[in-house]
Amino acid sequence: MLFRTRRLAAASVAVTAATALVAGCTSGSGSTSGASGDTLTLWTHNAGNSVELDVVKKIIKDFNGSQDKYKVKLQAFPQSDYNNSVVAAASARKLPCLLDVDGPNVANWAWGGYLSPIDVSGSEVPLSDQLASTVGDYKDKLYAFGFYDVSLAFFARKSVLGEHGIRVPTMDKPWTKDEFDAGLAKLKKSGKFEYPLEMGTGGTGEWWSYGYSPQLQSFGGDLIDRDDYKTASGTLDGKNAVEWASWFHSLVANGYMAKKSGADPNKDFLAGKSAIQWDGSWNAAKNAEKLGDDLAIIPPVDFGNGPKIGGASWQWAMSSTCSNKAGAQEWLKFSRQTKYFVDYAKATSTIPATDAAAQQIADYQPGGKFDVLVQFAREYVTVRPATPAYPYISTEFEKAAKDILAGADPKNALGQAAKDIDSNLKTNNYYSN
Amino acid sequence: MPTTIAARERLRPVRRTRTTNARRRESFTAFGMATPAVVLLIVFLVVPVALAFTLAFTDAKLVSPTPARFVGLRNFTLLFQDPTFYKSLRNTAYFAAVVVPLQAGLALVLALLVNAKVRGINFFRTVYFLPVVTSMVVVSLLWTFLYRKDGLVNHVISTLTLGHVEGPDWLGNPATAMPAIILMSVWQGVGFHMIIWLAGLQTIPAELYEAADLDGATRWHRFRHVTWPGLRATRTFVLVTITIAALSLFTQIRVMTQGGPLDSTTTVVYQAVHTGYDQQQTAYAAAVSLIFFVLVLSVSLVQRFLTREKD
Repeated sequence: MLFRTRRLAAASVAVTAATALVAGCTSGSGSTSGASGDTLTLWTHNAGNSVELDVVKKIIKDFNGSQDKYKVKLQAFPQSDYNNSVVAAASARKLPCLLDVDGPNVANWAWGGYLSPIDVSGSEVPLSDQLASTVGDYKDKLYAFGFYDVSLAFFARKSVLGEHGIRVPTMDKPWTKDEFDAGLAKLKKSGKFEYPLEMGTGGTGEWWSYGYSPQLQSFGGDLIDRDDYKTASGTLDGKNAVEWASWFHSLVANGYMAKKSGADPNKDFLAGKSAIQWDGSWNAAKNAEKLGDDLAIIPPVDFGNGPKIGGASWQWAMSSTCSNKAGAQEWLKFSRQTKYFVDYAKATSTIPATDAAAQQIADYQPGGKFDVLVQFAREYVTVRPATPAYPYISTEFEKAAKDILAGADPKNALGQAAKDIDSNLKTNNYYSN
Repeated sequence: MPTTIAARERLRPVRRTRTTNARRRESFTAFGMATPAVVLLIVFLVVPVALAFTLAFTDAKLVSPTPARFVGLRNFTLLFQDPTFYKSLRNTAYFAAVVVPLQAGLALVLALLVNAKVRGINFFRTVYFLPVVTSMVVVSLLWTFLYRKDGLVNHVISTLTLGHVEGPDWLGNPATAMPAIILMSVWQGVGFHMIIWLAGLQTIPAELYEAADLDGATRWHRFRHVTWPGLRATRTFVLVTITIAALSLFTQIRVMTQGGPLDSTTTVVYQAVHTGYDQQQTAYAAAVSLIFFVLVLSVSLVQRFLTREKD
C-alpha cells in the first residue's frame, strides 16, 4: 500500500513537471508583453556608454514626472549583446515595449514582425525637420526615428598635408581618385609613415559595410540593385565595383594602408603614425581637442560618382507585441523635443538630426567647426539599403572586402558575394511577405 | 535431471514474488535517482538535437515573419554547392590531423616528465596545467596580440636570429594563420591531457617496473612493454576526447580570425555559428550542424572500432 501511494505520488510529480514544462514552452505565444499595465519596459544598447545612457535616463525621468499615467522602466544592455538579446526576446515573445535599433536593421526587424509602425504626429519636432537618414521607413511606413546621425570624413593635419604639397580639399572641390592616390604616394615616399592612410581595417562587423561601401558607391557600384532590391549580380560585381575592389586592394599592395590596422586606429592617427584617417564623426571632437586648428576635416574622395557617406545610426522604435501601444507612443512623442535632440548630440559628439538642434550647439551651428560634418550628412548620404536582407548583405560584403585586402581576385570575391546574396534573396522569396 | 527441474518449478512462484518486489523497489529507486539527469539531458540535449535535425529540412530563419516551412533537401543542396563549406571541411580535417597526434604526444611526454619523483614537481604540474584553467577567449585574445606583425613572437624571432629573420603577420597570412592557431591550441589544451596521461601512468603497478628492471630492460623497453600497454584505456580516452575537441574548433577562430584570411581558418562549427547567427540562416546552420554530427559520429565510431579490445 505504502509502495503504491509512493508510486502515485511520483507519477503525479512527473506529470506535473511535464505539464509545467510544456506549458512553459507554449505560454506566451500570441500574447503581448513589454509592459505591465501602464509601466512600460524600455531597452537600450547603451550600457557601458554612460554619456548617452544619461540622456536616455533624463528623458525617462522627465517623462515619468510629466504625467501620472505611464511609467517607463529602463533596461540597458552592452552593445555587443544587444541585437542577440532582442532576437532572443522576440523568439520568446518577451520584447519590451520600447527599444532602440541600429538604422540598417530597421527594415529587417520591421519585416520580421518585431516592430510596429509608429505615429509621431503632433510631437514638438515634426518628422519633416529631420535629416532623411535619421528616419527609419520601411515600405512607406515609419518604424523608427533617431536623434542624431554620424558622418564619415577624412581627418588629417593641415601641416602634414602642406609639407607634402597636398591640397586641402573642400566640399566644392573634393579630392579626385588620382589626386588622392598621388597624395598617398607622396606621403609614402617621404618615409615618415609606414602606412600613410588609416581606414580602420582591423575592425570587424558593421564597420566594413558602413565605412567602405560608400567608396564602392562613389565608384559607381553598390551593394544591391536598388531598383527592386532583387539582385546584387551586375551591381556588386559589375565593372565599377571591380574597379573599386582593385583600387581597395592597391592601397594595401602599394603599402599605403595596413591590411589590418591596430587596436585603436584613432589613437595611432593622433600619435602621428598615419597621416590621413578615414573615420566617423564621433572622433571629430577628440581630434579637434588634440590638434586644434591644425585639424582638417576633409570630404570623401570623389571616385567618379560624387563623394559618398553612409547614413542611419541608432533609432527608437516600438515593438509589435507591446501590450500598451498608447503609452509607448506617448513616450516616443514626448521624447521628440529639440532639447533632447541637443542633449543627445552633445553627449555623443554626433550630428543632431534637426537644424533647430544644430543651431543650439556652437560647434554644429552654421559656421561652427563641425558644421561641415552636418553638410556631409546632408549632401553625401546614401543610406545602407533598406531591405530585410541587409544584415545578410552586410556580412557578405564584409567577407568579400576582407578577402580582397588579403589578395583574393577582386572579380571572384565580389562575384561570389553577389551570387550568395542572390541565392539568399531567392530562397527567402525576395523577402516579400 | 527432470526431477530437479520439476522441483525448481514448484519453488519458483514464491521466490519470484519476493525478488520481483525487491527488484521493483530497486528499479524505482534507480529511476528516481536517474530522473533529474534524464530530464536535464532530454530538455537540453535530446530536444535541441532533434529540433536541429528537423530545422535542417525547413527554411527557418532567425528573424522571420512567417513560420518555418518544410523544404526537403534544399539546404543540403545549397550546402554542397558552397565553396566555403569545402574549405571548412578541409580546414577542420587539417586541424584535427595535426592537433590530435601533436597534443596527445606532447601531453604524454610532459606526463612522463612530471611523473618523476623529484622535489617541486607539483610546481611544474601546476605550470603546465595553468593554460587549461584560463578561458579560451582570454587565451585567444592574448595570442592575437602576440601574433601581430610587431608582436612579441616576432620580436623573439628577430632577437634570436640577430635581426636576420623578420616574422610574418601570423594571423594575417593565409599560409601561417592555421599553423599559428594550431600551436596556440596545443599550448592551451596540452595540460589537460597531461593530467589524464598522468592518472593513467599512476595506475600501472610499480612491481611491473621492478620486474622489468630485474630483467635488465632498457628505458625504451620499459616504456614499450610496460608503460605503453598499461595505458591502453587511457589512450582510447585521450584519442577520442582530443579528436572531438579538435573537430569542434570554434572559439579561437571566432576571436582571432573570423575564418579569414581567404577562408584559410574557417571551420565547420564556425561556419554553422556564422551562418546561423550573423547571417540569420537558422535552417542552413542546422544543416551544417547535422553534417557535423554525422562527421563526428563516424570518426568516433571508426576510432572505437580501431581501439576495440581484440580478444
